[in-house]
Amino acid sequence: MSAPMPFWRAAGMTYITYSNICANLVRNCLKEPHKAEALNREKVHFAISTWKDGKAEKPVIRSDLAED
Amino acid sequence: MFRHAAKNLLRHRPVPTTSAAGAAAARAPSRTFSADAPAAQTADAGFVEAWKKVVPNIDPPKTPLSFMEPRPATPASIPSKLTVNFVLPYASELSKKEVDMVIVPATTGELGVLPGHVATIAELKPGVMSVHDGNEVTKYFVSSGFAFVHANSFADIIAVEAVPLDRIDASLVQKGLAEFTQKVNSASTDLEKAEAQIGVDVHSALNSALTG
Repeated sequence: MSAPMPFWRAAGMTYITYSNICANLVRNCLKEPHKAEALNREKVHFAISTWKDGKAEKPVIRSDLAED
Repeated sequence: MFRHAAKNLLRHRPVPTTSAAGAAAARAPSRTFSADAPAAQTADAGFVEAWKKVVPNIDPPKTPLSFMEPRPATPASIPSKLTVNFVLPYASELSKKEVDMVIVPATTGELGVLPGHVATIAELKPGVMSVHDGNEVTKYFVSSGFAFVHANSFADIIAVEAVPLDRIDASLVQKGLAEFTQKVNSASTDLEKAEAQIGVDVHSALNSALTG
């Protein structure tokens, strides 16, 4: 009943990763003002902190914005 | 005697028979429930009853379920138009638009959805989605997503990225296609091969969207 496994899942990729790669490729093929808007829209900026022994360690900041 | 009023009210709401229920109906705000959406009533009826037992004089708070519009029922005869909701994570492209037909690029092939289509869930592959309304056809290139067709001729199409065809740059597509075809041949690990293959698939779909 289930379809044969898609090649990306067989290679260990999840659907979300596959979908995001497809979306990024499409965004990179757009004409100029739309391409800049699309890439700008998808920029993220967040900080991840891991906790160890009840204390927060130094947060890792991941950012697509220009570092000041 | 008024302790049982709430229980009796809920049971005999349309025609309060006992005098206690009749008197309470004049005071208690049970009339407001009749205005609630019928589908919400069935979901929250248990909560509302329990509330009424404890606090008969105050309106029960509205639960999230009561704010949701119930899905329109499946009509007895096939409707003439298909209602399409086409959404992206950042925008709602089409919202309850009535159209004649929608063709979506499913992984199992091009799926043409007409009003009265059987309920289907389809995973989309990178390709062109066209919306047909009378003589106008609007085409979007969809990167990937899902299409849900419901039995009542409502279609929900969700995509991560969808662009009208005139926003695609042909030269970038050709460049990408060449680059990824070359990567497929030179890829070493399974993951690299998969990524390169995805690149080839997406760019060839973009190419045929522009030329086809």
